[in-house]
Parts: sequence; C-alpha cells; structure tokens
Amino acid sequence: MKHLLSISDLSKAEAISILDTAQELARVSDGPMKKLPTLRGRTIVNLFAEDSTRTRISFEAAAKRLSADVINFSAKGSSISKGESLKDTAQTLQAMGADAVIIRHGASGAAQRLADSKWMSGSVINAGDGTHEHPSQALLDAFTVRKHLSKGANDLTGLRVAIVGDVLHSRVARSNVLLLSKLGAQVILVAPPTLLPVGIESWPCQISYDLDEVIPNVDAIMMLRIQLERMNELYFPNAREYSRYFGLNSDRIRAMKPEAIVMHPGPMNRGLEITADAADGARSVIVEQVTNGVSIRMAILYLLLAGNQEILEMGVSS
Amino acid sequence: MSLALPAPDIARALIRISHEILERNSGSANITLLGIPTRGAHLAKRIASAIESIEGTSVQMGTLDITLHRDDLRLRAPRPLMPTVIPSLGVEGRDVVLVDDVLFSGRTIRAALDALGEIGRPKSVQLAVLVDRGHRQLPIRADYVGKNLPTSIEQSVLVHLTELDGADEVLIEGSTT
Repeated sequence: MKHLLSISDLSKAEAISILDTAQELARVSDGPMKKLPTLRGRTIVNLFAEDSTRTRISFEAAAKRLSADVINFSAKGSSISKGESLKDTAQTLQAMGADAVIIRHGASGAAQRLADSKWMSGSVINAGDGTHEHPSQALLDAFTVRKHLSKGANDLTGLRVAIVGDVLHSRVARSNVLLLSKLGAQVILVAPPTLLPVGIESWPCQISYDLDEVIPNVDAIMMLRIQLERMNELYFPNAREYSRYFGLNSDRIRAMKPEAIVMHPGPMNRGLEITADAADGARSVIVEQVTNGVSIRMAILYLLLAGNQEILEMGVSS
Repeated sequence: MSLALPAPDIARALIRISHEILERNSGSANITLLGIPTRGAHLAKRIASAIESIEGTSVQMGTLDITLHRDDLRLRAPRPLMPTVIPSLGVEGRDVVLVDDVLFSGRTIRAALDALGEIGRPKSVQLAVLVDRGHRQLPIRADYVGKNLPTSIEQSVLVHLTELDGADEVLIEGSTT
C-alpha cells in the first residue's frame, strides 16, 4: 500500500490491519508521553484546497505525534488562489522533498490524479475529493463502531448501521457504505429521494425513505451534514420539514436500541439534521470520533510511511 | 540445520533464569516482567508462572511492543504493531525485567529501552534472553542468559515455542564457515 486514495482499493484484511494498528496507537495517545520517534525526518504536506477543520488538524496532530515534520498548505493564502495548477503545486512539493501529501480537493478524483501522475514520488493520502470519497473518515467511523459494538470481534459482522441525510453530496457516505459493508455490517441509507445520487442501486446497501421505521433496528446511526454550500437547487421544501422527517431528535433517540450509538462526521448543523440534545446526549460518540480520528490517521501514516514500500512490493519479507 | 537446544533444556534454562531473577531481586514483590512480542511475550509468561510456583505469589507481567522505536523501520516492509500491555502497577519505580528470545545485535533492546522510557521511569531494567548468539552492535548485555550460542554471522538462530510453532526447540540454520 503506497497511497490511500479510496476505500474500494482496500481489501478487508488491509482495512482490519489499519483498525488494529490504530487500536495500538490509541494507547500511545492515552499514555503520558504522546510523541513517538517513528517518522522522524519525514516531511508531510497538508494540501487543503477546500476548507476543513478537523481533518486537517487531525492529520497534523497524527503526523506530529509520530515526529514527522508537517507543512500546512491551504488554498487561501497560497498560489492556488492565484490560479496555480495542481501539477505545478505538486512539482513544487516534490522539489521540497515531501514524503507524503495529504490532499483535500473540491474535484472528485484529484487525489487519484496526483497519485497516477509522475509529478511527485511520495505517498498520496486522500482527505476528501469532491463528492467521491473520504477514506480516513470512513476508517475512523468503522473504528468507532467496532470499539463500541463488535464485542471483541475484529470486523463488524451482524451489525446494522443507518446513514441518514445528504448522501448526494457526501463523500463520507460513499466511503462508509463501501467500508462498513466490506467489514460485514449491513448498511441502510435513509434520505429523501432528491438527496440520493444516481446509480445508488449498485451500492452494497439498502435504501429507506422512512427514518422512524429504520431507527429501532439499527446498532449505530450516522447523521450526515446537509451540505448547503454544495446545494445549487432546492432538494427539500424547507429546513423545518427536513428536520421533521430526517432529523435526529430526542423522540427518535428514545426509539433506538439500548446499546445503539449516535455518530456525526462533523461539522454539525445543530437544529437541522440533529438537535442539540441528540448531539450531546449519552448515546453520542461524536466527540470521541474526533479522538479516534487521530489514532486512525497515525495508523495510516505509519503503514504508508514507516516501512520500505519497495521491499513489500518486491514480495520480500523479514 | 542443527538442534542447539532441545525442549527439556529450554525448560531447565527458564527455571534457572526464574531462580536467578528472584535471587538478584530478593523476591518477586518489586519485579515487573515485560516480554517483547511475539516469542519474548510467551517466554515472559512461562517465567512468570515459574516464579509464581516458586514463590507462591503472583508476579506483575506484561508485554512491550518496540516496533515504533526500531531504527530499521525504513529498511524493511511495513510491520504490524503488536500489543503493549503494561500491568496494573506500571513501571514507575519497579525492577523491570525485559524478556526476549534471542539477543543478537542489541538493537531490539535499545528500542525496548526507548519504548520503556515513554511509559515511565523504572528503578532498574534487567534483560533475560533464552539465547545469546553474540555479534553485538551496541553496548548491551543480558543479565540472565538461557544459553550462549557461539554462531557465525551468516547463520540464523530459530527459536520455536509450543504456543506458536507446536514444539519447543532452538535451531541453528546455515554452516559455520
């Protein structure tokens, strides 16, 4: 594994090895000394052509805990805003000796383009490309579900997870459907028909338009953010109607299974897809998802950067 | 391939090491055994049960994964991480005994000392190994040795344990020249 571009590239065994590695690394984050020497001397570039709070900070924290040097690079305040192409940006980073580039970009496939090109030789990690994929988010969600609900098993067999809301604009939903089903969970997408993408029938999941019917039967519910910034048309009549049919509120929380958990990839629109009492209630693991995100990203960086990939590719092992 | 240490010799060596640990530390009260995965962890477990049967009290025992502190990470394919389990009393102020199967270059132990330093400050750190095969590249020595096996650098030493490999044996692979 040289790059992490999409969940569809990962085998089940690779996905589980990332989760297991994250589990060991989480112990480090809990310990008194949070810094490890593992990636000392490696340079990691955070190339964020689209806004982000937690993904960028989370990758930065993960890289720093492994002693890598981190260069932050965002569209605002860089030459990207002057119209520099991805190719020129990549060649600049290559010239500076970046060992890995973590890229968030508004165009679907940007990470793949960067990895396939000969513009730079380092690893490419997709931190969200358009409405395509967000693999590290799916991995941290799967990690969170596994930690709370798998009862010691290393995959998610037998669990039911509902993903609710703006699937159309969500790269998180696509990555999660692929990963959770790969790990053996049953995934149910719940959304108004206007917020489901074309071709949804081919996704490995079920579809429902009725949240109240789904809620009592799931072990975890993942609320998606309504992505107002990507909405150029009218997808639902108004916010209040959306909340009534597809929002998570305290009545729906009470209808859930006793052990079930509430997740949200953030940032939340409080009062739209989730009410404040649902977001802050006892079932909510939303804040813990952020903590788990650092462990997962440490695992990704460790597995991509610590060893010598060429040896692995040649099939020589110790 | 030649048999350097048959199963009964391994059992005797571990019993002797257990006695030596107890003698040097005047009992098991302040001892924390930490096995280095994978085979060191199994050896630590065996030493712990030997100490328990000698002393009649339980001994603090855990595992310490050193992968993240290795200095040869970049020379090898990516390695999976092994569990680190620190027993309830921690390592602060304890007499920590690191347990590994083979002592060779000493680099694993250097990494283990770094890994231990992240967790706390033990009163002392001692090292128990089943086999010392020589060829040290760092100023590191073992306090308790099952058997010294003079080897040539071209040879490799294989430790097999019942828990993982179905039998207890130490083998030397390759010729002496």
